[in-house]
Amino acid sequence: MTDIAAAPPSTVGTASHWLKKHAFSSLPASIATVLFFALLLYIAYLVFDWAVIGAVWSAENADQCPTAHGACWSVIDARYRLILFGLYPYDLHWRSTLACVAIILTVILSCIPLFWSLKRLALLWVVGFGAYYLLMEGGPIGLQEVTTDQWGGLSLTLFLFSSVVLIGMPMGLGLALARRSKLPVISYGVSILIDFIRSLPLLTTLFTAAVVVPILLPDWLHGDKIWRVIIAFALFFACYQAEVFRGGFQAIPRGQFEAGQALGLHFWQILGRIVLPQVFRHSLPGTINMVVVTFKETAIVIIIGFFEILASANAAFGTGEWAPYYIEVYVFVGLIYWIFIFSLSQYGEYLKRRMSVAKR
Amino acid sequence: MAEAVILRRKFSAKDLAIQALFLAVIVVIVAEAVSSARTNLAEMGLSSGLAFLDRATGWSYSFSLIDHSIDDSYRKTLFIGFLNTLFLGLVSIVLATVLGFAVGTARDANNIAVRSSATIFIQLFRNIPLILQLVFWYAVLIHMPGPRQAMSIADAIFISNRGVMVPGLTIPTVAGIGLTIFAVVAGVLIARLSALRTSLKLLIWLAAVAALTLLLWVTLAPEGAGLVSAPELKGLRFVGGLPLPIEFVAMVIGITLYGAAYIAEVVRGGLQEVPKGLIEAGRALGLQEGMIWFKIKMPMTLRTIIPPLGNQWVFLMKATTIGVAIGFSDLFMIVSTSITQSGQTLELIGILMAAFILINFTLAQLVNLLNARLRLKGH
Repeated sequence: MTDIAAAPPSTVGTASHWLKKHAFSSLPASIATVLFFALLLYIAYLVFDWAVIGAVWSAENADQCPTAHGACWSVIDARYRLILFGLYPYDLHWRSTLACVAIILTVILSCIPLFWSLKRLALLWVVGFGAYYLLMEGGPIGLQEVTTDQWGGLSLTLFLFSSVVLIGMPMGLGLALARRSKLPVISYGVSILIDFIRSLPLLTTLFTAAVVVPILLPDWLHGDKIWRVIIAFALFFACYQAEVFRGGFQAIPRGQFEAGQALGLHFWQILGRIVLPQVFRHSLPGTINMVVVTFKETAIVIIIGFFEILASANAAFGTGEWAPYYIEVYVFVGLIYWIFIFSLSQYGEYLKRRMSVAKR
Repeated sequence: MAEAVILRRKFSAKDLAIQALFLAVIVVIVAEAVSSARTNLAEMGLSSGLAFLDRATGWSYSFSLIDHSIDDSYRKTLFIGFLNTLFLGLVSIVLATVLGFAVGTARDANNIAVRSSATIFIQLFRNIPLILQLVFWYAVLIHMPGPRQAMSIADAIFISNRGVMVPGLTIPTVAGIGLTIFAVVAGVLIARLSALRTSLKLLIWLAAVAALTLLLWVTLAPEGAGLVSAPELKGLRFVGGLPLPIEFVAMVIGITLYGAAYIAEVVRGGLQEVPKGLIEAGRALGLQEGMIWFKIKMPMTLRTIIPPLGNQWVFLMKATTIGVAIGFSDLFMIVSTSITQSGQTLELIGILMAAFILINFTLAQLVNLLNARLRLKGH
């Protein structure tokens, strides 16, 4: 009897208590629990059976694909380089790989509080993006030159994403400051621009940059199509990000600004030392949300003719022999997107929770 | 003079100079753009203006609610594109909202199995780009068997690589759209008659809609046709029913699932804000869970979520533009095809932008109206 008394008292009790409350509280609830779990298990079984048990894994065994009842991952084995790197020269794929790693590292490091200051973040992104660009382009550091029209796949997606964030973030801060300006011409002008861009679909903005801007600009200002599209995308990002920053500015009491003035600080000193650090903190969850949205939206540049990861995926099963295995390719690309976006948005959720606890 | 004095008092010389410079820069950019456009258009041999709107297009496209041909003018073709965008947007918004409310409620459920299913749904469809989901559904549909081996659901709905055939009313499409609009407007009007009981309101509405349906059927349906026609396989294609092209079906599935995942999160946020005390009060009164949802949770939730919900609707409306990736002829696709065919780039882009600003503005007004109506009185 003493054994039982000495056993840890709570775990079994709370677990069954919890189950009773959340799974079997009443007869209909119990039926729902069993039905929904049965359905989930069945779907999980179907997916597992298709993706693992019945699947063909290597490109050498591709001849087994038509008879196998599961996925034909051979197409990924055979074509993953095309999907990840597009038409980048085959021998130089190590450069593409390193460049992608540089961007991913930059994103991961930005999530660490150690880097959360204007200077460090700016430095980190400039270095990360610079490393990417030099590795991909190659010319300036004495490697074989590869022009942007040969970039593709995941590395192009990451390029678009990182350059949009890098250019759009300061632009967004500038727009937010301009909208708060006490000079009516500037604040109205910027408000109109922000509301205009925000009411248009992103695709319209990008299409305008790709097709219409060349008509409106003199020849010497045209630049590359890819840079026009990136700048338009960054403008789109900036207009939304400006509203995120505006929310952050509104959370700062006026008294802080006045305290800075009382100490004899300059406008820019007050902004840089007192206001902005708090604005960044307040707008962090919104900013992460914008970064996630931007990463997702890069996929639509396929429509205006860029060979990003979705386009290279289409090319991967585009040829006759792999045509039946489109689902495998889409699942592979979807998984890449999903992992990036899920981890980033979970991190955003975590920050939001932590900040709301800190506020209390 | 007086104004100038006020201006001088309010702004320093430096402030005025900065604003003047800002205006000057804008004027220079616009002037430069206009002159560049003149020279560039002259080089391409294009004349600007809206005269091209009356020319026949000479090309066809995948989807239209009304009869169309390659002899249509640009004006009519653009209008069809606009209608398609509105139609697809509205259908997707309604479906995504209904599904989103269901999933959001499930996400907030006490039951662990229901809640995890909803979480999986949200995390799956929210974290993959919409365009990837669209091309996926399109690829799945296009790999469906041909009409002869079409998958059938209860011999009423047939899914083949030519589209999804569903039973439909025998009245013309335009009349069907009119009927739907009538049903919505009548529903809103009848709902506002506060003196009547809900069941009576429902009855009046059903009677009105049924009466108009019958009237349209008697006057407009072809001789000898029943009220509803089901699709039937005749030779190599289906006859009767309502054919939904695969581009349209893929768009609706994709936007609905993606939108529902977002709307579900909005709904869950709203449900979590409902004060616990109100729900406990409902339980103390002996209300069933369903009644608590209807009478306490939903009214409270709707009050807080209308603005973010409106944002999602606007987003879904804009998302219709990526239909061009799978060849759905929405306004964007019609405009971009028109640009390639006619070269009237500036005019067409202007029309596209104006259309979206109009759509956005209208939706924003509707959301504001809804928000004002749902607000607690006296707040």
